[in-house]
Amino acid sequence: MAMVLRLSLFLTVLLLSLNPSSALYDDQVGLMDWHQQYIGKAKHVVFHTQKAGRKRVVVSTEENVIASLDLRRGDIFWRHALGATDTVDEMDIALGKYVITLSSGGTILRAWNLPDGQMVWESLLQGSKPSKKFLSVMNFKMDKDNIIFVFGGGCLHAVSSIDGEVLWRKELTTESLQIQQVFQPVDSDIIYAVGFVGSSQFQTYQFNAKTGELLKQSVAAFHGGFSGEISFASDDILVALDATGSHLVLILYQDEISFHQTYISDLVPDSSGVERILPTKLTGIFALKTDSSVVFLRLIGEYKLEVVEKINSAAAFSDALSFSEGQKAFGLVQHVGSRIQLVVKLDNDWNSNLLEESVEIDPQKGLVQKIFINNYMRTDKSYGFRALIVMEDHSLMLLQQGVIVWTREDGLASIIDVTTAELPVEKEGVSVSKVEHNLFEWLKGHILKLKGTLMLASPDDIAAIQAMRLKSSEKSKMTRDHNGFRKLLIVLSGAGKLFALHTGDGRVVWSLLLPSLRRSGSCQFPTGSNIYQWQVPHHHALDENPSILVVSRCGLGSDALGVLSFVDSYTGKELSSLSLAHSIAQVIPLPLTDSTEQRLHLLIDASGRAHLYPKTSEAFKIFQSEFPNIYWYSIDAEKEIIRGHALHSNCGLEETDEYCFNTRELWSIVFPSESEKIISTATRKLNEVVHTQAKVIADQDVTFKYISRNLLFVATVAPKGDCPIGSVTPEESWLVVYLIDTVTGRILHRMTHLGSQGPVHAVISENWVVYHYFNLRAHKYEMSVIEIYDQSRADNKDVWKLLLGKHNLTTPVSSYSRPEVVMKSQSYFFTHSVKTMSVTSTAKGITSKQLLIGTIGDQVLALDKRYLDPRRSINPTQAEKEEGIIPLTDSLPIIPQSYVTHSLQVEGLRGILTVPTKLESTTLVFAYGVDLFLTRIAPSRTYDSLTEDFSYALLLITIVALIAAIFVTWVLSEKKELREKWR
Amino acid sequence: MARNREISFLGFCFVLCFSLFLLSSAFQSDELQDDEEFGLEGGRAPHIDYVNPIRSPSIRKRSSSDQDSDSKVQFQLEHAFGSSDFSPAGTFTARLKTWSHGGQTLTKLRFSRNGFSETENEEFKKLLESDDFYMIRVPSNVLSPPGRDYIISSVKARCLPRETLDEHFVIHMEGVNILAVNYGSPGACQYPRPLKLPAKWSFNSHTVLKNSEQAPRAPLPAFVEETLAGENVEGEGIKPPEKSFWAKYWMYLIPLGLIVMNAITQAMSLPEEPAGGQASSQTQTAQQRAPSSAVRRR
Repeated sequence: MAMVLRLSLFLTVLLLSLNPSSALYDDQVGLMDWHQQYIGKAKHVVFHTQKAGRKRVVVSTEENVIASLDLRRGDIFWRHALGATDTVDEMDIALGKYVITLSSGGTILRAWNLPDGQMVWESLLQGSKPSKKFLSVMNFKMDKDNIIFVFGGGCLHAVSSIDGEVLWRKELTTESLQIQQVFQPVDSDIIYAVGFVGSSQFQTYQFNAKTGELLKQSVAAFHGGFSGEISFASDDILVALDATGSHLVLILYQDEISFHQTYISDLVPDSSGVERILPTKLTGIFALKTDSSVVFLRLIGEYKLEVVEKINSAAAFSDALSFSEGQKAFGLVQHVGSRIQLVVKLDNDWNSNLLEESVEIDPQKGLVQKIFINNYMRTDKSYGFRALIVMEDHSLMLLQQGVIVWTREDGLASIIDVTTAELPVEKEGVSVSKVEHNLFEWLKGHILKLKGTLMLASPDDIAAIQAMRLKSSEKSKMTRDHNGFRKLLIVLSGAGKLFALHTGDGRVVWSLLLPSLRRSGSCQFPTGSNIYQWQVPHHHALDENPSILVVSRCGLGSDALGVLSFVDSYTGKELSSLSLAHSIAQVIPLPLTDSTEQRLHLLIDASGRAHLYPKTSEAFKIFQSEFPNIYWYSIDAEKEIIRGHALHSNCGLEETDEYCFNTRELWSIVFPSESEKIISTATRKLNEVVHTQAKVIADQDVTFKYISRNLLFVATVAPKGDCPIGSVTPEESWLVVYLIDTVTGRILHRMTHLGSQGPVHAVISENWVVYHYFNLRAHKYEMSVIEIYDQSRADNKDVWKLLLGKHNLTTPVSSYSRPEVVMKSQSYFFTHSVKTMSVTSTAKGITSKQLLIGTIGDQVLALDKRYLDPRRSINPTQAEKEEGIIPLTDSLPIIPQSYVTHSLQVEGLRGILTVPTKLESTTLVFAYGVDLFLTRIAPSRTYDSLTEDFSYALLLITIVALIAAIFVTWVLSEKKELREKWR
Repeated sequence: MARNREISFLGFCFVLCFSLFLLSSAFQSDELQDDEEFGLEGGRAPHIDYVNPIRSPSIRKRSSSDQDSDSKVQFQLEHAFGSSDFSPAGTFTARLKTWSHGGQTLTKLRFSRNGFSETENEEFKKLLESDDFYMIRVPSNVLSPPGRDYIISSVKARCLPRETLDEHFVIHMEGVNILAVNYGSPGACQYPRPLKLPAKWSFNSHTVLKNSEQAPRAPLPAFVEETLAGENVEGEGIKPPEKSFWAKYWMYLIPLGLIVMNAITQAMSLPEEPAGGQASSQTQTAQQRAPSSAVRRR
């Protein structure tokens, strides 16, 4: 008893002496965190093989990342993430040392230094209207300078590659002119720009490349009209489709414009629907995509076309690569069974192959989407080719000498949704012998640690200790651990692929390219939207696997039909999938499970009907009992209306479907559209646990938190204020925040921040809301907190009442009662702008909370909730200080040590997920964007466990020494007593 | 055994000292404090236009001739029983005040409720029996009803009946626009909802008009801010480069402390005996204190 007391005492003393923030030591990096860097789906690839130095490739991606990769291993040398709006349009290489990128709709041209990725120069190009974007680099033999020709925004620019200076600029923006191609034939000083005027006129421009002088301009009308894109048939002939899509039109453009039509069915007899001409940069050959195949056509003689090959399987081909004097090659890759076959051919000789390789490929990678080839000199002085291949799941791999040299799982750069799954329970009878076997190792490890603690360790020892800690097999095991640190993170990527990542080391445990999320006849544009936990067995944890539900839509509109698929969380196999007959507007996981522990889900379709899943009679029975107590809300962002709904009756239309329900509107809030516009909403996490409803404040008083699961936070701004910061004055911008009960539609609180504007990021937890916005008057970002306290329970403070049972703590709370709530609120300045915000969550909700703020620098900052306490005052009383109230300051401190991501950056940060572990003090934090980062944090330190570097050996020695000391003193005292008795 | 008692005595000393320390600091503010305390930093009280509850047993409607002045405005309340259609149920009358800066606000809201007709009584009884919703709606713009859409609100019918039918409206306004109406019983609505018929079939209505309030901001003099912020940042910024003394050497300090304590108690071995019995009882009270102090720490 006394021991327990003393322990608790020590704990309190320890807690007192601790600082609110916790930081990592240098040698702790990587112990419980991992960081993975990705780039996203490759869009453009520029190979760069300097004769000396390492082989590199520069890649620009759909995530607007420009990265230089090591060709040998696939590692990133350098990387730049341009903003979300700064889309990379084109990329090329100039002067052999600069990577040139054109981005933001053809308005920003940048040069990056190849070896280190430093930006050399940046040019803003002015354009007048959106148009196609082209970039080409021209090398004048006599000049040191390379000239970059950029077409973007309807203007043709010539830019010097040394300093980015615009040499000349020509505007090509006549009425309804659409430039289709801008190019420059090899070894000529003429730039051609060709395009359509309207639908049937063809126009060419010729410019002098050096001066920008317009040499020639010609127009010709073609009665059949054009559709789609223009491609090259040969150096001097272009090819396009006519308006009906049934004829190929060959266009001779250089001197006199002349047209020549060819009926496609004559060339390709069984082509039913020609879709388009694939954009190719081959000479002499072009490709037609029909609905089932790709047809390669070649120009023979004057205006005569010939089918070279017809490929029926999925295939991709590269641009032409000139590898030796006058020779051009291109790569073609296609699927043959479970293998892919890479063929490299000369562009003027279809029949012979320069290279033919085939390699086994993981079926979970899907189809080939893009290929980029590059040549190198083999040891025997012949030409070798390597290919970078982009797959359907956005992964990137290098194929060389018939093997896959490396693969990058770049699908993980576009995570849409994340959920977690527990690992399997450890089967008994495995671990014991293992521990005994390793007893010696264990002891040795602890002796080493002891040496480290006592600073006796040599550098070798320290290295050994570090290595031991980092590769501890304990954290990457595939079973559940006592502390609940090991879990599976199940993520859905933008490519429709599911990955299961192990929280211990971040490796991919399994991956699945969902069949229901692949393009098929019935589902043209499948998009994954969310994942939910479908079945989490607790009672049968040993013999049943948990499963997850993936919700997706067949298209982009709100009325697109839904698809559900169910996936086993342990094995990554799709258990089943359902193509729904209705759309999915909202998915509501209900707090009900059936006897097999499948969670009931209510799907609301676009027409306002509710559908219950799983469609079993048992689920229906369970659902029936809670039928009148189910409420939800919907936000109509276009009309600025929030509506509340409840279930009404069975659908009358379908006589058999008893799992379909009509709904009715219960309440509505209509925001005046001339003064308010919804920009942000937030709700409490469904699985959040709150430990105590009462909060003891300084003077031994108790307040009761208003804890409601149905709280909705809504922020609206003035319609003018919904634009970038700086474009409105403080007088015409305001921010109104609402706290709404979603069952009754009651506005619990409404507050205006004058002179403030969005973007607003908010987080709700327990009884408080924290939100971040911009204060125009103070020219600073601000964070505000609202805390809600329940007054109806305030008189439950009397101990006697509690003892005699005269309290209302056990009566059920009804949303229809008029709430007696008190709001406390306060605002603080905050230095950073915020990308995303989240809050820590722990298993029992005892540990104090930290806000996790994704800063503009792509880092995650942990900010103690105590800083955002509305009760902070300038001079807190002694009692308040003891309670932990920090003196009031006008801004929130940013403590460098409290960056959760320490020195790392989570490039392109989009979301932060917190997962409680079984250990109350600890929570897992998963930050994702282009990069992934996972760590463990303990907002109040690990008060319930010893740290990993705790030296057990030292404790043991101390105890032994103590016992020895006790014995010695005992013997001594015995002797002394004896002596005294003899005296 | 003797050692055990020593330890417990020691523990008691510790706890006593500690709780005394805590108590002494907690005592000075042991007076009843109201929520006014929070008002200081939580900002001023919400600006609410309270309108005295109006009893309106009469069915008589306000005649339109009342609208003689342009500053008077009227809008209708409509109600529906379950999934029936909406029908008129009462009229709100208010004074429209036009401010010099062009804004318009409503003040002095009055409400006259139409009583239930026979059929409506029956329908309401049906609602009570099936525990269904009684719904109301008002226009979203009081000048040009119904505005963009009607504002709907509903309540379980069983929440309303007491002596009479008690209802409570909170109307959230923004200029001449109604944002939302919170409709319900003026007090609690217990759950599960029992079936109860009102003694008197008339309405007892309370209406409250609410406008938005301004967000509070800490009244902090600029110079105080500066100094405070400066101090705070410094204090937080400089961290000991090593782990703290306690964190590093606690395993030595604890036994050391124990040994010292042991020595002390051995030195006072005589006075310990009579105190023994009392000590154990006091330990218990101290124990009760200890957890509460631990809770407070969070």
